[in-house]
Amino acid sequence: MVTIPAEPGTKVEQDPRLGSRPTQTIKIKDSKSYSAFRVFNGIAIIVICLVTLYPFMNIIAQSFSSEGYINAGQVNLIPRGFNVTTFEVVMSDSMFWRNYANTVIYTVVATAIAMVLTTCFAYALSKRHLKGRSFFIGLAVFTMFFNGGLIPNYVLINAMGFTNTIWAIVLPNAISVFNLLVMKAFFENFSQELEEAAEIDGLTTYGILWRIVIPLSKAVMATMILFYAVSFWNAWFQAFLYLDRRELYPVTVYLRNLLAGATGTEQMGGAAGEGTQIASNVQSVTMLLTTLPIICLYPFLQKYFVRGIMLGSVKA
Amino acid sequence: MSAIGVTEGSSQPGLREAGVVPEFKEPETKPKKQRRANRKGYAGTNNTNTWKHALKTDWRLYTLLILPVLFLLIFRYLPMAGNVIAFRRFRPGSSIFGDEWVGMHYIEMFIQDPTFWRVFWNTIILGTLTLAICFPLPIVLALMFNELRSNKFKRIAQSISYLPHFMSIVIVAGMVLQLTSVNGTINQVIGSFGGEGMPFMQLPEWFRTVYVTSEVWQTVGWGTILYLAALTTIDPQLYEAARIDGANRWKQMWHVTIPGITPTMIVLLILNVGTFMAVGFEKVLLLYNPLIYETADIIATYVYRVGITSSNFSYAAAIGLFEALIGLVLILSANGIARKLGGNSLW
Repeated sequence: MVTIPAEPGTKVEQDPRLGSRPTQTIKIKDSKSYSAFRVFNGIAIIVICLVTLYPFMNIIAQSFSSEGYINAGQVNLIPRGFNVTTFEVVMSDSMFWRNYANTVIYTVVATAIAMVLTTCFAYALSKRHLKGRSFFIGLAVFTMFFNGGLIPNYVLINAMGFTNTIWAIVLPNAISVFNLLVMKAFFENFSQELEEAAEIDGLTTYGILWRIVIPLSKAVMATMILFYAVSFWNAWFQAFLYLDRRELYPVTVYLRNLLAGATGTEQMGGAAGEGTQIASNVQSVTMLLTTLPIICLYPFLQKYFVRGIMLGSVKA
Repeated sequence: MSAIGVTEGSSQPGLREAGVVPEFKEPETKPKKQRRANRKGYAGTNNTNTWKHALKTDWRLYTLLILPVLFLLIFRYLPMAGNVIAFRRFRPGSSIFGDEWVGMHYIEMFIQDPTFWRVFWNTIILGTLTLAICFPLPIVLALMFNELRSNKFKRIAQSISYLPHFMSIVIVAGMVLQLTSVNGTINQVIGSFGGEGMPFMQLPEWFRTVYVTSEVWQTVGWGTILYLAALTTIDPQLYEAARIDGANRWKQMWHVTIPGITPTMIVLLILNVGTFMAVGFEKVLLLYNPLIYETADIIATYVYRVGITSSNFSYAAAIGLFEALIGLVLILSANGIARKLGGNSLW
């Protein structure tokens, strides 16, 4: 499946400039310019990492700072006027917790639905002999490049009566074609012998999928669950569009309204101290709490995501 | 050689069946079909390749397809058909396909709408900037990572650079708004150099810079992954051979590394060109405000305001359809060009 190495291989051999110097020894010291480059490269990467991390550090610093220092523009990396009152303020808002719980529910339900649909789809499509396979793959892949667009989707969801229900959040994005292709690529490489042996032992297709393939594909299943869970956890627009009751919002919409200054002013403005607008430390704390699960899971996420992407990249 | 004959013969029905696949496959040229036929050929056997036989032996596999296909039909293809309201009058409460034909009324309407042209050019400019900056940077960063010798440092640096990818767009927007606010970090830096602070998110001329910078921050690290994956598939023997031939590190990079990731580059370029019009709608929606509509308003946000906020569904659908069609044409042509040039295409 991986055809990449073949091409550069032929290219290098054919390159006359390289081929014309066969006598040089194997040991080649780094040229001066290359050594200089390496130093520069190392420094550049450190700078890139710092720049990447800075917004996170800034948010953490603001979360623990008092509003006065933030408004004076004095908070960067280190909290000034250290306090945890902002956390108390945000966490004492029952709507915040309610929306946080909604996010958890939406994420769990949507991920479960997505996993069932994607697994079934990917497994069937991974069978190369399946007649009509390329048609079904085309049916899915086409949606990657062309979709109905915002308005027809909105009209449809409304017509189905999904407005202000969980279904508007968990159903419309249940299959990610990219995830589907990753999973399909994985199933295609699944041991054929094992499945055949299971078939001889009397298992049906369902049995093979449920008892053999899925248990032996834990890594890819975990990857897919994480892919979906992160995307549903982070999603906001679907909810923003189809839910108009505050108690149904996920926490991302809560945060969005906070950023837009549309809500929460009464409860928070006073408690946060001087500010009449929504204090930026309140925003920071909410951002921090919203993304906390992702940051806590990050070591796993990163490992599985990279693996999954690599798996998918081979084919997709 | 005779094996080829057998394969082609056995997969003739497969070819016909491929002709019914959705629209995007139509422009396919013959050689590709041939290739697919060859690929598929070895699995199929001669007389069993009928639907009757397939349904009989594989009906359980087909039942697995029912729910996912139903999902695609309802939530993907039905809205596509729903685009017909671009040509029909739709009122809230009427059927999702609208009430009555109005022909090109809404198309003419947006062609004469100056706001449409403003958001159209904003989209093109923002898309071009994003493509021009966010496409090459991951390649550069991947090559930089590749030149690091300490594996530990490399791992840590990669982990850090991936982090923004996992953040919700709402969080990213929140960070951008805070950093660019009057007392945010950027204005602090400007202030420390004696400059005059400014409210970036209220100045139209700054929106594009802010947007593209935040895109870079969010996507470049993660964008390296596919290139790093491609780099790991490069045969180490190639480097060895190049070294024996006297290539220094620069030449190795130029003659081994870059050709090794070229197929990845082309595929990603196609994808990027294809999604070029779909500039981060959600991000713009979160970042913009009426003060900076002049540069920040894009087609998608205009569709949102016209359709959802003002309930002109048909008009908004017409604009949305126009945008989606451009996107489709873009990706088809990018793919076609890539195939003509180097044979590395998406399909």
